[in-house]
Amino acid sequence: MSIRLVVFLLFWPVSVFAQGFAGLGTDAQGFEVPQAGPQFDFPADHGPHPDYRIEWWYLTANLTDVDGTPYGLQWTLFRTALAPGEDAGWASPQVWFAHAAVTTPQAHFATERFARGGVGVAGVQAEPFRAWIDEWAMEGPDFDTLTLTAQGPDFAYDMALQAQGPLVFHGQDGFSVKSAEGQASYYYSQPFYEIAGTLMLPDGPVEVTGNAWLDREWSSQPLSDNQSGWDWFSLSFDDGTNLMGFQLRQRDGTLYSASTWIEADGRTTAYPDGAFAAQPMTQSEVGGRDVPTTWQVQLPGRGVDVRVEALNTQAWMPLSIPYWEGPVVIEGSHTGVGYLEMTGYE
Amino acid sequence: MTQADPALFLCGVQKTFAGADGPVRVLGGVDLTLAPGETLALTGESGSGKSTLLHIAGGLEVADAGTVRVAGHDLTGLSDSDRAVVRCRDVAVIFQQFNLIPSLNVADNIAFQARLAGRADMVLIGDLAARLGLSDQMRKYPEALSGGQQQRVAIARAIAARPQVLLADEPTGNLDESTAVQVLDQLLTLVADTGAALLLVTHSPTIAARMGRRLHLSRGVLA
Amino acid sequence: MTRACLAALASHWRRNPLQSFAFLVGLALATALWSGVQAINAEARASYDAAVATLGDGQFDQILPRAGDRIAQQDFVTLRRAGWLVSPIIEGRLDGVRLLGFDPLSSPARFGVEGMAEAGDPDSFLSQGQLYATAETAQALGDGVTVLVEDTITPGIAVGDVGAVQQLLRRGDLSRLLVQPDQPLRRPALEDLAPHLRLQSASQSADVGELTESFHLNLTAFGLLSFAVGLFIVYSTIGLAFEQRRGMVRTLRALGVPLPHLITLMVAEVVALALVGAGIGVVLGYVIAALLLPDVAGTLRGLYGAEMAGTLQFRVSWWGSGMAIAVLGALAAAGGRLWQIARMPLLASARPRAWAMTLGNAQLVQGVGALGLLLCAGALAVWGSGLVAGFALLGCFLIGAALALPLLVRPVLALAEGTAKSPVARWFWADTRQQLPGLSLALMALLLAISANIGVATMVSSFRLTFVAFLDQRLAPELYVEAETAGQAAAIEAAAPRLGATALPLLVRDTQVAGQPTRLFGVRVGPTYRENWQFLAATPSAWDQVAAGTAAVANEQLARRAGLWIGDLVEVAPDRMLPLAAIVADYGNPRGQLVIGEALFQSLHPEVSARQFGLRTDDAATLRRALSDEVGIADSAITDQVALKAFSMSVFDRTFTVTAALNVLTLAVAGFAMLMCLLTLADLRVPQLAPVWALGLTRRRIGQLEVIRALVFAGVVCLFALPVGLGLAWVLLAIINVEAFGWRLPMYLFPADYARLGAYAILAAGTAAAWPAIRLMRVPPNALLKVFAHEH
Repeated sequence: MSIRLVVFLLFWPVSVFAQGFAGLGTDAQGFEVPQAGPQFDFPADHGPHPDYRIEWWYLTANLTDVDGTPYGLQWTLFRTALAPGEDAGWASPQVWFAHAAVTTPQAHFATERFARGGVGVAGVQAEPFRAWIDEWAMEGPDFDTLTLTAQGPDFAYDMALQAQGPLVFHGQDGFSVKSAEGQASYYYSQPFYEIAGTLMLPDGPVEVTGNAWLDREWSSQPLSDNQSGWDWFSLSFDDGTNLMGFQLRQRDGTLYSASTWIEADGRTTAYPDGAFAAQPMTQSEVGGRDVPTTWQVQLPGRGVDVRVEALNTQAWMPLSIPYWEGPVVIEGSHTGVGYLEMTGYE
Repeated sequence: MTQADPALFLCGVQKTFAGADGPVRVLGGVDLTLAPGETLALTGESGSGKSTLLHIAGGLEVADAGTVRVAGHDLTGLSDSDRAVVRCRDVAVIFQQFNLIPSLNVADNIAFQARLAGRADMVLIGDLAARLGLSDQMRKYPEALSGGQQQRVAIARAIAARPQVLLADEPTGNLDESTAVQVLDQLLTLVADTGAALLLVTHSPTIAARMGRRLHLSRGVLA
Repeated sequence: MTRACLAALASHWRRNPLQSFAFLVGLALATALWSGVQAINAEARASYDAAVATLGDGQFDQILPRAGDRIAQQDFVTLRRAGWLVSPIIEGRLDGVRLLGFDPLSSPARFGVEGMAEAGDPDSFLSQGQLYATAETAQALGDGVTVLVEDTITPGIAVGDVGAVQQLLRRGDLSRLLVQPDQPLRRPALEDLAPHLRLQSASQSADVGELTESFHLNLTAFGLLSFAVGLFIVYSTIGLAFEQRRGMVRTLRALGVPLPHLITLMVAEVVALALVGAGIGVVLGYVIAALLLPDVAGTLRGLYGAEMAGTLQFRVSWWGSGMAIAVLGALAAAGGRLWQIARMPLLASARPRAWAMTLGNAQLVQGVGALGLLLCAGALAVWGSGLVAGFALLGCFLIGAALALPLLVRPVLALAEGTAKSPVARWFWADTRQQLPGLSLALMALLLAISANIGVATMVSSFRLTFVAFLDQRLAPELYVEAETAGQAAAIEAAAPRLGATALPLLVRDTQVAGQPTRLFGVRVGPTYRENWQFLAATPSAWDQVAAGTAAVANEQLARRAGLWIGDLVEVAPDRMLPLAAIVADYGNPRGQLVIGEALFQSLHPEVSARQFGLRTDDAATLRRALSDEVGIADSAITDQVALKAFSMSVFDRTFTVTAALNVLTLAVAGFAMLMCLLTLADLRVPQLAPVWALGLTRRRIGQLEVIRALVFAGVVCLFALPVGLGLAWVLLAIINVEAFGWRLPMYLFPADYARLGAYAILAAGTAAAWPAIRLMRVPPNALLKVFAHEH
């Protein structure tokens, strides 16, 4: 990635990602704004929403090979719009970019792609479901049955996914508030994928199986001016329950948090600001800065008090927009695995 | 230097120069002792070797043979640089051609050797300038001074360095007669005040007569 | 002790501000010229790299169509979807402007994105069809197109988003694809994905590189010569200052400063002064470079068809070298004097005879030195080899000539004195002769300056003449076409007569001749070759022999490398020996070439068919269109050689601007050296002139005579500078160039230029003499009288 392109990109609304990853422009500027009480329309809503500024299809997976060695996998497609709406060919205001990564206990591989909408190099269609950029793709007859592929100069993977439970909706039925001022996004997940496939790593192919979690989120609004980054957790406990929790770090030192408790059958409970708490415990030096890689996570309402530790502390994504994203291991009141994403640690 | 040490002690000093018609013997074994505070006139014909003797005494030249002790320092076998240090600290030379530094003003010229020796005393310098009638000339440059004034500056420079031995080579040779008398008077008065030993080379019997002791050099040998 | 000594040493420079000024300004000017030229060179080099990067040519692999010059957009999508990281480029012409469309998101190249990013509106770049170009290019595009003026973009090119350019060109396809250097793990072969496309790996254009190298060598040689001139000033000021301080050094030593201490302090003094002078010089050099850079940029701009940035960076490479060379130069200039001081006896009176001998020896030493250096130069010219020997020859020759100058001028003045009739004239010549030693360093500096100017002017002008002839020869056909396929080649040959053009097919095969890698050409001998090719050496009926297949023509590079010349036999193919009928100059080309007749080539290499054609036509534009539309030749495969020629000439005209500016600067430096010498001598002149004044010459007349004397000196120096300058040019053209590039430039003479340079030099000398002369005219009479009454 040339530094020029990075500079170029930084002039875009995309740069908002670098602050907080809620990726929402300074104001709506003609884009649609998420409203409370959403009525989702599937499968159409699995497809893109070009009238909103920013959107993503964000998949993470905790995997193990036949020896029990744990792995992490990430596949993310981002859409950002220079202007609302769609146009044909190069005139399309839609810009796509994608990140892919594989984390092993010893190594971390990451790569990215950029593409313009309109000419066919990248895009998403709802039915049959297809999300692609270059040769990377997540596709299938429907949202429950997917294949997944991506590659970089030094790694590749081909996976198959099968959903074992329903979609879950965060916040108020999928309306997820991101700050006290009311900035919000539409946000739902499929946390119940079983996943299996092959990782191509420098040492050769590895057959893996495990669980994957797909996030869908779109919005047009910025993070609040005083928010500097966020810490996001998706935790899958061994008893079949799941916890999604995030906290937005605010410049005055306070936090804004939200979380969703997910039963094994998909029933959810959303918790307001302050219920979910994550305390950084140990820092690791990665990519030239210190990043917390062990956390104490608590959701007192569910008796959750766990220590969340990175599988590999060096899971830094050294891309145009750098951040930390990697698999974690959970111990304490609950045990399990999950994924941790941290932005704004510049 | 102890009390008993002479200010200047030369013993068996010899010097030969290469000339057009073979070697020329300038000094043929000179013995000379000068006590502190003593003034001595060295006279002789042109080419008798009196200037060479003075230069050797000042460490400006090296004797081919013999012993040279200045203010307790044996110059024999000393390097150029070591002799320069002795010259700077314990000896002062007053030249016939004044040898002032043209780009320094009178005040800086007077202070110069004392500064080299690291003991410039501005009160002493002001006093010397006043006694030599140079107080009004301090900011001037040598080129603006008459010969007599220039030599007074040179004398002030020598005295200001507070040497134990003063060497003067025809100090009044470039001055007219009345100026010469004045300058000599001032020199002798200052020498007497400081207690330095003075070796003065001259061809003038009148000037020689003003010194405490006189020696005549003829063909490199003292008489 | 150190402080007192330093104060005494420094007081000299304070008391003699003119000397300090001369030292600092001399060194500053020398450093300025050197570092200015180096700065331009460094900037230009950096800019080539940037320019190459800008267009992506030569830096990235590219995917091109096997036929035509278009790639379907679907091919781009197919390749990307298969894992080929490629980026689309569309090129075309609109109103004579080359439009370049690219996709900033996928492009590995920069395309002046820098400026656009600063302009800060990528949004409008992508979605509003905004183009970027220089103001001039924008004007050519007219009002229909929105263009944002961006000076860092190559003139003649407008850059925009691929979509915007497609729209302007009314096309939906692409021209080529740039291939990212880093590709993913798994990718199908290109042949399987798109058999109609081909991958072309990155390559650099060596020809242009050679030419620009030559241009840089010119500039570097000029910078070095200018520095030598400046060093002469420094040498003369240091000489004067140290000479004047001889007495002070003695006094310091007599008063007890040890000699090593004194020498150390004086070295420190020179280094400190040199650093100050060089510091000023680097700043001046920056100014010179900044002023000349636009012209140099213009010179080099189109060589790559790409713009160099018009701004100057403060690079360590040039200011560091400027400072270093200034300090070393000043130390070298002071070295001799310091050596003298170190060896000087403490007491002047001690060995008067030895000193007289030393002074008498000076002239002899100088004469022997000059002779030795000139002999050395001669030996290097005859037996030396390699670029270092070439520069050593240059150095020996110039310094030798400079040293010899006073010795040669003296008899000239003596001769003038002998023929003078009037007493004033006799006094004038005698007095002039007396001034010679004091002025000799300034005169040497003037000699070097004029010679350098004559030499470089000769070189550049010869280069230009030769290059024009070469361009006429090589670019005679109006269009040059490269066929993609044999079918296209046949179509070109067939279509040419119908389109009113003459096709000159060029058969090419790489081979070995006399052990040298050589490109063998088969040509259709005709009037184009007969009229335009100028040979360095040839037999009378060279082309007839080539046409008949009984002889070959070699380029100079091949001839020199293989040690061949007219009449020598070369093996053009196994068991096929042909004599060389001619040697042709071939500039800016590193490769050996051998030319034979078309028929012979075809019989030797029947498998090779012509793919390159020169086309003679009266209407290049129409022919070009016809070739594109009717024969289907890609626009990029057709070169408009008339335009190429015009461009090349504009490059050389820019070179002249730079050379002329440097000419004026060097002469100014030499004039300054003369002024400084005359000013320092002016004070010494008063006692010398007083008797003449007393004898009845007015001060005004004396002043006039002083100016005339300077003009006489300058005139005489010009006379000597002419052969030295021509010698210098010869060394540059016939030795340095051959060593550096393998080809020799024929030398042409430009008497009008020399006369002009001579006039400038005399003007510089006259100007330099005016001020001291006016000062002399204004010396009050009592100052002159004082000479007689001076107290001793």
